[in-house]
Amino acid sequence: MTQGIEMMGLYVRDQEEALRFYVDKLGFRVHTDVRNGDYRWLTVQHPQQPSLQLGLFVPGPPTLDAQSAQMLQALVAKGAMPPMLLAVDDCRAAYERMRAAGVEFTQEPVERYGTVDANFRDPSGNGWKMVQGRQ
Amino acid sequence: MDKTAPNPTNQTPELLRRLLRAKDRMDADSHEDWPVERLARVSHVSPAHFARSFKEAFGIPPHRYLLTRRIERAKTLLRDTDLSITDVAFQTGWASLGTFGRIFRDITGESPGALRQRERAAADQLGRVPACFLSAAQRPDLTIAVLEKRRRTVADTNGARKTKENRQ
Repeated sequence: MTQGIEMMGLYVRDQEEALRFYVDKLGFRVHTDVRNGDYRWLTVQHPQQPSLQLGLFVPGPPTLDAQSAQMLQALVAKGAMPPMLLAVDDCRAAYERMRAAGVEFTQEPVERYGTVDANFRDPSGNGWKMVQGRQ
Repeated sequence: MDKTAPNPTNQTPELLRRLLRAKDRMDADSHEDWPVERLARVSHVSPAHFARSFKEAFGIPPHRYLLTRRIERAKTLLRDTDLSITDVAFQTGWASLGTFGRIFRDITGESPGALRQRERAAADQLGRVPACFLSAAQRPDLTIAVLEKRRRTVADTNGARKTKENRQ
């Protein structure tokens, strides 16, 4: 087997909203979407990266108490979670495509340090940097 | 309920997300003017409530947050470019070179020129950290008002002088 990271999770405020964002606007695919009562295990993945899943989870019961869940929701909405990094072939083209789809960019593409990068956020507040791979 | 507990505010994630939008806009264009009315519009909050809501969410008043971003950017430009100090001041949003120099010194403890010399003399050991995170790490931590910081510095200096006089 191949060893390594298989899944990493993001906290989101609404799984359906996050699903629409990551699938419809970013072009990810659903990997697993399983419900058990109110609980929903939802992971997506980048179409070119089948080895890694991105979990989209709402903080709350049964894994977290209500107060902790509320604090986490606030932290996500304040943009306090660690940044994510998305590698693309062409940052400007991806920016145009994603912006047309309604993605909220917090920084337009800037050319620097031998590459091009831009910033965007998901609806919950998670911050992404999009970086063009060095040729 | 424990009144000393850090969070429990009544700010909803939806409100916080909208306040974050105002913070993001200052981040993106810190050289622009950001009066409260403009920020309040971005957040869909009334101007009367915006400053208090922002401070409650991020622990710092919006105008002071803007100062930290301007100084952070000025430090980057001083370190990484050959722009004159006047150009750095204007590009980071100050209308006057004098104000820039004074506030820069109040916040960082040294003049723009001195910081440039020191940064250039120091070896670059941070080359492996992505630039935006490196820049954020050098953002001033402005936990008190600039005027208060200036007042304390003057008080310290006076105190030191007095001690010296006493010793003599």
